[in-house]
Parts: sequence; structure tokens; C-alpha cells
Amino acid sequence: MGYETIRLDHQIISEWVVSGATVLDLGCGNGDLLYVLIKQKSARGHGLEINEQEIYKCVAKGLNVLHGDIEKGLSDYKDRSFDYVILNQSLQQIRSVDAVIKDALRVGKKVIVGFPNFAYYRSRVQIFFDGKTPVNESLPYQWYETPNLHFFSISDFLEYCRTKKIHIERQAFLNRTGQIYLLPNVFAETGLFLISSKVAI
Amino acid sequence: MTVAERTIVQSDLGIVQTKYFSIPRLSLENGEGLDSVTIAYETYGQLDEDRANAILVLHAFSGDAHAAGWHEGDKDPGWWNALIGPGKAFDTDKYFVICSNVLGGCKGSTGPSSIDPKTGRRYALDFPQITIGDMVECQRHLVDHLGIERLLSVVGGSMGGMQALSWLVKYPDRVRSAIPIATAAKHSPQQIAFNEAGRQAIMADPDWKSGNYYDSNPPAKGLSVARMIGHITFMSDVSMAEKFGRQKKTNLPETKFRADFEVEGYLRYRGDSFVRRFDANSYLYITKAMDLFDAFDGKPIQAAFGNVSAKVLVIAFKSDWLYPAYQSQEIVRACKMSGVETSYCEVHSTYGHDAFLLEVDEETHLIGHFLKKVFNEYEVTGGYGL
Repeated sequence: MGYETIRLDHQIISEWVVSGATVLDLGCGNGDLLYVLIKQKSARGHGLEINEQEIYKCVAKGLNVLHGDIEKGLSDYKDRSFDYVILNQSLQQIRSVDAVIKDALRVGKKVIVGFPNFAYYRSRVQIFFDGKTPVNESLPYQWYETPNLHFFSISDFLEYCRTKKIHIERQAFLNRTGQIYLLPNVFAETGLFLISSKVAI
Repeated sequence: MTVAERTIVQSDLGIVQTKYFSIPRLSLENGEGLDSVTIAYETYGQLDEDRANAILVLHAFSGDAHAAGWHEGDKDPGWWNALIGPGKAFDTDKYFVICSNVLGGCKGSTGPSSIDPKTGRRYALDFPQITIGDMVECQRHLVDHLGIERLLSVVGGSMGGMQALSWLVKYPDRVRSAIPIATAAKHSPQQIAFNEAGRQAIMADPDWKSGNYYDSNPPAKGLSVARMIGHITFMSDVSMAEKFGRQKKTNLPETKFRADFEVEGYLRYRGDSFVRRFDANSYLYITKAMDLFDAFDGKPIQAAFGNVSAKVLVIAFKSDWLYPAYQSQEIVRACKMSGVETSYCEVHSTYGHDAFLLEVDEETHLIGHFLKKVFNEYEVTGGYGL
């Protein structure tokens, strides 16, 4: 299968993941990330996806994928049954974010989270000057058709981790052109975090 | 698909024949035994040199060994012809496909309508209560006979899916993958209730005569009503509305309680034609075997598939209320808890339980890719192993 261009967030996640790891990709979409992890890192594992059409794409890539809802599907897994649980671009579409992150940290030794940064400067400009719900690269939907239930920023997530005593092991901030190092909460479209539970199990 | 294309597809496997295989002595799960058991089966495609490309297709309640191709003179092909053949989901250019009629059936395999070698008369109710596991045991004998150590896949819908699950549990080392479709690890009270209503309809027919009807009229009315109940459960509210609406029949006789509506005519037709092709005692025995089946064998769900190393693809259909998706999800949960490599898809369909015979495109996609993965991994590891 030709995957010449790998999405930057997928490439960074792949760099974070240890070779031969077991992964659970929650909201795996068409399976591109899982496919990259299997090819580049000999990862094993499966995806969970709610959209039927995406299931067909995953199966066509030879991936193991379960059709279902993230919010119902995690309780069946034993503690620490995966090296990584991935929530890439799915957290903002989940109703009970806190409960899912908590359960992901139970099921996975580490959790990788990626989400659109609501405080991206273009969103700020659109809200401030247009007085309208932002629509841009990072938040591509109109307010009346967005699947996103939560709108949060990189700073929100950092504060959340502090409050919940979640350990941030690695982080990366990106936009279209590459990684952002200066004022990520302003200039990054996407925040990526590798987190783990502070309490040793 | 144009008519011309359809003609080409339909000529694919061409004329096929049912073969017969015999088991001198079969031990049953209840401790009893059966002598001289005959199993009717068909095969499509060629077994490869490694004997690694064999797929066992398992039929549903009223199915038979004739899964694909045509029998001489028949106008309809086998029951899963849409999925079995060159270039189809079960690609007979690549795979060797086997399908056999279940034990207890009436389509060539030994069942209650067969002659008991001990008495020279038909078994009728002297036939032992067989189980889904016993059906699988017959298939295991057949697979041995064909010289196949490990099946590439076991696959079936409805009762066929139960047999696939039974294979996983009974012979985990002999299957590389399983595809249970629109099925359940065990029947719910509702499913048992529908089966019981069917059985009671048969046994209430005076022609049933405690099963000893083979020298006289079969319990046609009872069996027909049982089948009508079945057909109601196979369809969805939507598919019935689409197929029949409240359409009235024409040329009605001047009698009370005639079949006014199309749906009534359909059920009567289905019931009557079933009587011509199915044995009432087989109906009783097989539905009972389904009701008694429990793939988890009473074990807690997390321990149910402990020994399973096969890959599993579970398929359910949204409008199937006879085997609702939650039952497939239970199978998936058991797989998940045992760390079995599993894929699951709940296909959008309005056909109800019948969907597993009708949603050809979705099944072809899912099954075709899944089998390719299982088969290719074998080729890779097999190659390195040498």
C-alpha cells in the first residue's frame, strides 16, 4: 500500500511508540495511524471506531477493528492490557472526557492524546473580530454540523493534567507546516501528549 | 449489474454435485452413539499442496450442503452462491470451500428421517437428541477424511455461526480463523420462545403422531405454521413494509379468513413450500440443538475463549431482531477478554436476520479482506518456517 505522505501527527506518535508495542487506538478512523504503527513499529493491537464506513477501510488495510462506542468499550479490558492507548482526534467528540481518559490510563500503561487546539490564533481572531464560531484548518466544521462536543485548548489540557495529577511524558505542537515551539497555545492547531498516571501501579 | 454481467457471474461454478461420506460410529455429547452416519457435502475449488486453503462453510437452520453452483436442472443456485465462486468473497480460485449438511438434517445427512440400521425402520423420535457440538464432530470427521489438518476458516450465519463458535472452542488448534455472522453464543429466552412455538405447532398437528408419520401424511399444517413464525422473525418491520405494504391480493376466493394481504399469501406460500423440502422431526431436533447451545459452556465470559488462537471476524446486522447485535457484541467481548485478535462490524441493513444472505457487497468486502489477511500471514510464516 502506498503511504508516501504520512501525516505529521502520525509520524510523531510513531516516533513516541516503542517497537513491538501493543496499542489500542480509540476512534481509529480509517486506520491510517494504526497501519503506520504496525508497519514502522511492528505494533500489535486494534482500533475501535463508531463509523461503519471507516470499519470497511480498516478491514481493507488488514487491521483488527471493532465497531463500537469508545464510551462503552473500555470497561472490558483488564488494567494495563496495552502499552499505549491512543486517543488521537477523538477526545473532543466524546461526551465524558474525564471518565474516558481515566479508563484509558487504567487500560494502557501510557496514553497518547491528540486534539485540535481551540485557542489557535485563527480561532481567536474569528471569535474576536467576526464574533462567530471559528471554522479553520483545525476546526473544519460549521457550528451546526460539527461532531465535536468539547472545545478546549492546549492550556486547558495542561491545567487538566495538573489538576488530575496526570504525568506528561512528552508533548508536541503542530500546525500545517510543522512543529511549533513558540507560544503553542497561540500558534499550534494541534496538541499531542504522551501521558501516564502518576500513581505507580 | 446488467443482465449480461449477471449471466456471466452465475455461470461461474457451473454444475456441482453432492457427495456422501460415512462415519462408522459417531460418539455423541450426551454419551450415546450413532452407527453408520452419512454426511452429505459439497466442495468447490482445489485444495492446495499445503492443504492450507480449506474453508468450512456452515449452513443455517434449514440450509443444506448445496452452498454454491447449480444442481443439474435447478433454476436456483446454492444458498450462498453470491459469496462462493471465482473472484467472490470465498474465492474458489484461491480457496477450497467445503459445506456439509448438519447431523439431524434431512438433506442427505443422517437425521430422524433416516433408516435406523438397528431396526431397519426410520428413527423418528428414537433419534438421539443431538447438539451443535455433535454437528461439528461430524464435520471434524469429514475434514479428517479430506486430509485437512487445519482449516483456514470456519464461517456461517445464524446456526452456522453457532457451529463456527463451537469449532473455536472444541478444536481451537484446527482453525486459523472463524467468521460468526448474525449469531449468538447462546439463545435468549425470546429465541427459545420462537422455537418452542414452532415445535408446538408441529406437535399439535394430528398428523405428527409422536413423530411416526413417515408411512402417512406428514404434519404439513404444523410444519407450515412453524415456518411462518420463522419467516416473520427473519424479516424486519421495514423490510416487510417495503416488500408487501398493505397490498391486497387479487382473485380471492369467496371464503372467510382468506389471505387478503400479500404478506399472508407470502407466509402461506413459504410455509407450504417448506413442507415439501423439510422434515418436521428434523425441525424439532435441530431447533432444540440450537436452544441448548452455549458456546461459553457455562463458563464466565472472560474464560470462554481461553484457548482460542484463531483470528475472529464477527458480523451483525442493525435490523436483525432475531439475533440482535448485542449478542454478537457479547461474542466480541469474550474474544477481547481472552486477547483474541478480533474484528467486528455491525452492518447497516434493513433486511433483518435475512441480511446475512442478502447484504452481499458488505460481506464480500469484510470477508474477502479478512481471509486474505489470514491466508497471507500463513504464506509468510510458512515460507520463513521452511
